[in-house]
Order: sequence, then C-alpha cells, then structure tokens
Amino acid sequence: MRHGRSTFLTVWLVAGFVFLYGPILLMMAYSFNASRLATVWGGFSTKWYGELFANKMVIDAALLSLQIAAVSATVATILGTMAGIALARFGRFRGRLLFSGMVTAPLVMPEVITGLSLLLLFVAMEGAFGWPAGRGMMTITIAHITFSMAYVAVVIQSRLAQVDVSLEEAAMDLGSRPAQVLVDITLPLLAPAMVSGWLLAFTLSLDDLVISTFTSGPGATTLPMLIFSKVRLGLTPDINALATIIIVAVTTVVVIGTVVSNRIQHRRLVEGSRSRG
Amino acid sequence: MSAAAEPSALPHAAPPHRSLAARLADAASRSWQAILLAVPYLWLLVFFLAPFLIVVKISLALSEIALPPYTSLWQWTEDGALSIQLYFQNYAYLIEDTLYLSGYLNALKIAAISTALCLIVGYPIAYGIARSAPTTRNILLLLVILPFWTSFLLRIYAWMGILNKQGLINNVLVFFGVIDQPIEMMNTDFAVYLGIVYSYLPFMVLPLYVTLEKMDPSLWEAAMDLGSRRWQVFVDVTLPLSVPGIVAGGLLVFIPATGEYVIPALLGNPSSPMIGRVLFDEFYSNRDWPVASAVAVVLLILLVVPILMFQHYQMRQAEEGK
Repeated sequence: MRHGRSTFLTVWLVAGFVFLYGPILLMMAYSFNASRLATVWGGFSTKWYGELFANKMVIDAALLSLQIAAVSATVATILGTMAGIALARFGRFRGRLLFSGMVTAPLVMPEVITGLSLLLLFVAMEGAFGWPAGRGMMTITIAHITFSMAYVAVVIQSRLAQVDVSLEEAAMDLGSRPAQVLVDITLPLLAPAMVSGWLLAFTLSLDDLVISTFTSGPGATTLPMLIFSKVRLGLTPDINALATIIIVAVTTVVVIGTVVSNRIQHRRLVEGSRSRG
Repeated sequence: MSAAAEPSALPHAAPPHRSLAARLADAASRSWQAILLAVPYLWLLVFFLAPFLIVVKISLALSEIALPPYTSLWQWTEDGALSIQLYFQNYAYLIEDTLYLSGYLNALKIAAISTALCLIVGYPIAYGIARSAPTTRNILLLLVILPFWTSFLLRIYAWMGILNKQGLINNVLVFFGVIDQPIEMMNTDFAVYLGIVYSYLPFMVLPLYVTLEKMDPSLWEAAMDLGSRRWQVFVDVTLPLSVPGIVAGGLLVFIPATGEYVIPALLGNPSSPMIGRVLFDEFYSNRDWPVASAVAVVLLILLVVPILMFQHYQMRQAEEGK
C-alpha cells in the first residue's frame, strides 16, 4: 500500500494537533505566571502551586475524588468484564437485546439525564428502604460504576472479538470446565484490556462533574465540583496549577499504561508464534 | 424477562450421550455462567433502567413543598381501593413556556452545527492518520485519544483564558492592529461551538479512522489507474465507503452534545440556554423536580431514534470484531 499523504492532509494534521494541544499547553505555561492577572505574563513563579497545596479544600476534594475513582474503577472493571464476556461469548440468550442496549446506552446518554434519574432513584430508595441514607461518597461511587462499566464492557467485548475462540474451545475439548477455562485462558488474555478498562474508568470517574453534582450530598465535594464552582466565577491562577498537575499525572499514567499493555500483548504474540513454530 | 436469563444456546452445549457426572459438571458451569451474566444485568436493571421509570413517574406528579418535593401518584382510599392520580400539567407547561421550546431548539441546532463542524475538522485528520505509515499511525492515534483522557472540564477552562476579553486571541488581534477594541467572544454561541468541537473531536476522529483504515487501498489504486484524479477518487470511492464511520462519529458527538451542560454553562450565552442548562437550573434553582423530570423525558424522546441508531451500529461493530 502507498502511504501517500498529500501536503493538504499533512498541514491539516499539524493544524489539528495544534488546535488540540495549544490551549492545554498555554494553560500549563500560565500556571507558572507570577502575575495574578491570568492573561498577562509577569515572570516565572511557582507560587500558585504552593498556594494550591496549602488549600485544605482542594486537598480534601482531591482525596475524595481519588477514593471514588479507585473504588468505582475496580468495581466497574469487574462488572464490565462480566458483561463484556457475556456479550462476546454467550451467543444468544433471553434478554440479550435489553442487556446490550443497557450496556451501550450510557456511552451516549446525556449526563443531565443519567444524573437526574440516578438522584431520583436514590431518593426513592431511601424513602422505600432507608438505604442509601443520605447522599455522598457512596451514591457518587454507585453512579460512577454504572456509567463506567459500560466503557469497560465495550473494551472487553472488542478485545474478545479479536481473540480466537478456538483457544478456549481447545481447552474445553481437553476436558477443562468452562469456569476453569475462564480463569486459565480467558482472563489472562483479557488482562491488558482490563488494565486499560480500569484506567479508562478511573479517569472518567476523576473527571465527572454533572453526574457527581446530581448524586452528591452536603459535605461531599469532588475535585471537578470544586473546580467548577471556582471557574464559574472567572479565571483563577491556582486552577491553572491544579490543571497542570492533573494533566501531567494522567498523561504519564496513560502513556505508561498503553506502552506496558502493548508490550504484554506483543510478548504474547511472540511467545505464541514461538510455541507454534 | 428474567434477570438471570440463562444462556440458552451456548456454543458448548453438552451432547446428549454424555455421562451423568459430565452433565452435572455442565449444569454447574452453566449456573456459573448465569451468575456471570446476572450480576451486571441486575446492576443495570436497578441503576440504569429503573431510574428512567422513576423519572417518568415523577414527571407525572405535582410539585409540592414536602420531602421528597412531589406528590405521590397512588394512594389507598378509605374503602381500600387504589386511586392513581396522573398529572400532565408538567408537559403542558413545557409547551406553554417558550423557555423550554427554545431550549430544545437551541440544543438541537447547536448540536447539529457542532457535529457538522466536527466532521469537517475531523475527517481530514482521520484520513491523514489512515494514510500515514503504520508506525506513525499508532503515535498519531495516541495523540488524538490523549486529550480525551485528560479532564474535560479543565480543557473547557483552558478556552476561557483564550477567548476572554483580555485573552490571547484578543491580545494578538489588537497587537497586530486587526481590531481596535477587544471582541466579546465569551458567552456566545461561537464559544459553545468551539468548546463542543474541541472536546468531542476525538469521538469523531476515532470511528472515522476505523472505517478509513479498513478500506482496501487497491480501490484507490484501481480508481487512480482508471484515470481518476485524487479528489475524484475521494468523492467517488473514499467518501461513500466511509459513511458508516461518519454516522457513528456523528452520533457520538450529536447525542451527548444535545444534553450538554458544562460547555454552555461556562462558555455559552445565558440568555439563550441549551436544554441541558434549563434542566439543571429547573432542578437546582427552581427546585421543581416534576418539571425537571418532564424536561428529561422529552429530551430522551427526542434522542431515542439517534440512540437506537447508535446501538445498532455498536452491535454490528461488536459482531464484526472490531
């Protein structure tokens, strides 16, 4: 195949990446701005970072967000993997259409609808069974699990669609029970996809504002909720510093995660071809 | 439909002549599979489907000053009969008050235009990546996906600093003498378009890339050999074959953009709000839960066809194994 890219396409690609990354880089540069005026350069300074770490509200909100993200990503990975396996390997079963519909709908559902409906559910449940008592970390976590398991399920399902079923069938023919096949063959094959699913769920949770706002109660302010309330009032230089930290951290983790999972997959392929050859 | 829907046609169903022990083992593993399915199924029924039914229910109630702030739909009368009270006032109210109608129309218009802009900006990017050498392709793809991982809210915030009256664009334009006075770009529809295109671009590029990458390059070569020019090949061959990617990318942008709250709240014009913002304010400022629920139900009805189209596409993709 000719990988010819016309000059037009190359120019457009470069412009596209400038568009995508320019604003982020500019914001990161301004986080080192000594001036309080967010748009006037007043020399290099790291004072906004110092101010940020001295702010207890920011630290508390960040810790709450990280806890919610870790718990919801873990549960979402378990549930999403189960759902992905069911969709990719169970063939037809009663209620499949409803199930796959419920798995894919959260991917596009407007957040205001999901958020409002979950809040009304929690209120109704509390009225009926007294659980969950009030809203806060628990209800936000449940909400995050619900939308991020859909993303995990899609990642798992598409990974399984690429994996040859014959491997699992061979194990089955050799007398392994399905549960054993799942543990010995399917799950190890899925490990890289589960890692990227977990990372995706983690960042989605860390990032969510609208659904968290609906499902939160007094006393539970996540980091995006705090950022939003500050940003609504205008530009503040310490948010630039916070943004820089978050973006650098997330980028590092995602790049490392992608490289590691590619390595694992690559090594599997090499080992696979060696054992075959 | 039972939640513990048993897989009825498993690929490895036991042949009838197997021993009792084997059959028992099979039954055990079958229940194992049923659990595997039942747990996520139940979770989604309780936390995804049931909430919608509750929204529909509350949209048919009346607002009242109580906890929770809406009337109950059913109650037992003195002689033990169940009386059900449905109120359609909330829906009538949505038609009477032009705020809602213009909110929906604004949302649909802004989402449609932003989707078209996303396609115009994203198509050449996807095409450019698909026509790059395989090694550069992976790096470029990661570069497209990376912004999606970093905070959505902060990326919108970044634009606030650029579009501001004292922001980068105005400063540059004034410096070069293009304009004398800074232009107001914040709190305009323009800023919302920009925000949506910026944050949803990866969702457009990825499905487009998937269809363009699958395309057989010999098709291009054949068309070129037959004397077509480059742009002609594009119009006659590439574009028609990439329609599935255009539809998928378009839906991934259009559906969530219609209900978008954060972008219009930070960059948009408060005097012509999109419906997502109307819903949010109805809930938090007016504290009218039934009307907010009715707004959500109508929004969902508007989006039901695009959502079903998206699901159809998603299922076909999953079966094709990509």
